[in-house]
Amino acid sequence: MENIKKRRFGIIASIVLVLVMVLTGIWMHFAIQNNTGHKDTLSRVEKKKQITWGVKADTKLFGLMNTKKAQPAGFEIDLAKAMTAQISKQTGTKLSASFVPVSAASRIQLLKNTNIDGLISTMTITPERAKIVDFTDSYFNAGQSLLVKKNSGIQSIQDMNSSKYTVLVVVGTTAAQETKKYAPKAKIVALQDYASAMQALKAGQGQALSTDNAILYGLATENPDYHLVGGVFTKAPYGMAFDHNQKPMTREANQALATLKANGTYNRLIEKWFKSVPGLNWHELEV
Amino acid sequence: MTVFNHYYSVLMQGFGHTLLASLIALIGSLVLGTLFAIMQVSSSKTGRVIGNIYVQVFRNIPLLIITLFLYLAVAKVIKMTGFVAGTVGLTLYTSAFIAESVRAGILSVDAGQMEGARANGLSFSQAMRVIVLPQAFRVAIPSLGNQFINLVKNSSILAFVGGLDLMYQGNLIAASSFDTFTTYIIIGCFYLVITMPLSYYVQYLERKLKKAA
Repeated sequence: MENIKKRRFGIIASIVLVLVMVLTGIWMHFAIQNNTGHKDTLSRVEKKKQITWGVKADTKLFGLMNTKKAQPAGFEIDLAKAMTAQISKQTGTKLSASFVPVSAASRIQLLKNTNIDGLISTMTITPERAKIVDFTDSYFNAGQSLLVKKNSGIQSIQDMNSSKYTVLVVVGTTAAQETKKYAPKAKIVALQDYASAMQALKAGQGQALSTDNAILYGLATENPDYHLVGGVFTKAPYGMAFDHNQKPMTREANQALATLKANGTYNRLIEKWFKSVPGLNWHELEV
Repeated sequence: MTVFNHYYSVLMQGFGHTLLASLIALIGSLVLGTLFAIMQVSSSKTGRVIGNIYVQVFRNIPLLIITLFLYLAVAKVIKMTGFVAGTVGLTLYTSAFIAESVRAGILSVDAGQMEGARANGLSFSQAMRVIVLPQAFRVAIPSLGNQFINLVKNSSILAFVGGLDLMYQGNLIAASSFDTFTTYIIIGCFYLVITMPLSYYVQYLERKLKKAA
């Protein structure tokens, strides 16, 4: 009698479990269909009356979380706001800008999952990335450089081409892939974000931190013992990114960017954020 | 599958590092944990206090903080790579949990066993080693098995300090292949390759000990 009861319980439990799994599967199938890919980003943001931008929250000058206001602030944040306002004018729909902090490693997946509509997150335009996202025209010309301690004696990336040196990079950045080409013998250690990479540099876990010069300038202003050396050894133009095949949205964004550059808004933002950076001639950044 | 073929050597390197870190941490934390468990049940007051403080500190701080502290602060004094910092952090953290499991095992052994052994002329450490601990481990094995499986999975902490383990390589592969899903599914399978045999071995040990008892 006991056994029959046990068996019946087992059978019922199995049936319920299978049912739950099948139903979840069906629900997931529809959910994925709804969420996969931006069918049309432009009409989506017009419907939402909001553009959700993926921005950096750990990068001084570009996008850094203001802990008091719990809002990111930086050149890219201001540019995204100006872009949103300009696109509103172009489309005739009142749009607001909202911001989601992203990391270099997660940003493309977040864009693909429709968590965000567009990216403006110190993202270099590369041919590999252009295969899976749509880039706008470049809005900033950066290039990879090195940040080292002032008395380290290191002058350029060539100096570091030895197995006794460790170059620190950040996961998901172009520097993580490019550094090997310029210093094939050096060890490369990838950290999760710029904050921990900078801490690791200070702790002596590596002799240099390599990424785009624009980001390094931000780190150097906060850490006066460190400076940039060796100039720029790669070209890294930053572009805003939308999901693949979002021609209407990319067209609107390019038009808005061109307008902002033409009417002086862009230069005002450059001046606002880069005027006081030591060692940087901000006039070179103007258009 | 293209991800797997293309990054095969990197994945293997990560797998090796994860396996090595887990193995070192497993042995290290078992030794340390047992030591602190004995201290906690010993008759010496200082021993009990030290054992207690150790367990409370390392059990109640997130593993990530312990590891980052080693990697960013301690490394200024003692040079250590991310792999070393991660493995040491993992050992300290897990040993606190193992100490608790072993302590529970020791307490489950009747006090008369220790008293009897001592009455027969064995020293405290002899009695512990020969009489009490073998019985204590028998009781502790299910929870120890849990800790070891957790340890293998927690070794993914190495990714945060550039420890070259599976998770670290997985992050890099995901970032350069842009194929996040496939990458993390493959990484997950690699962890299963370590944890599944481990959990079956623990089950086997349990059954064997039950028979012996």
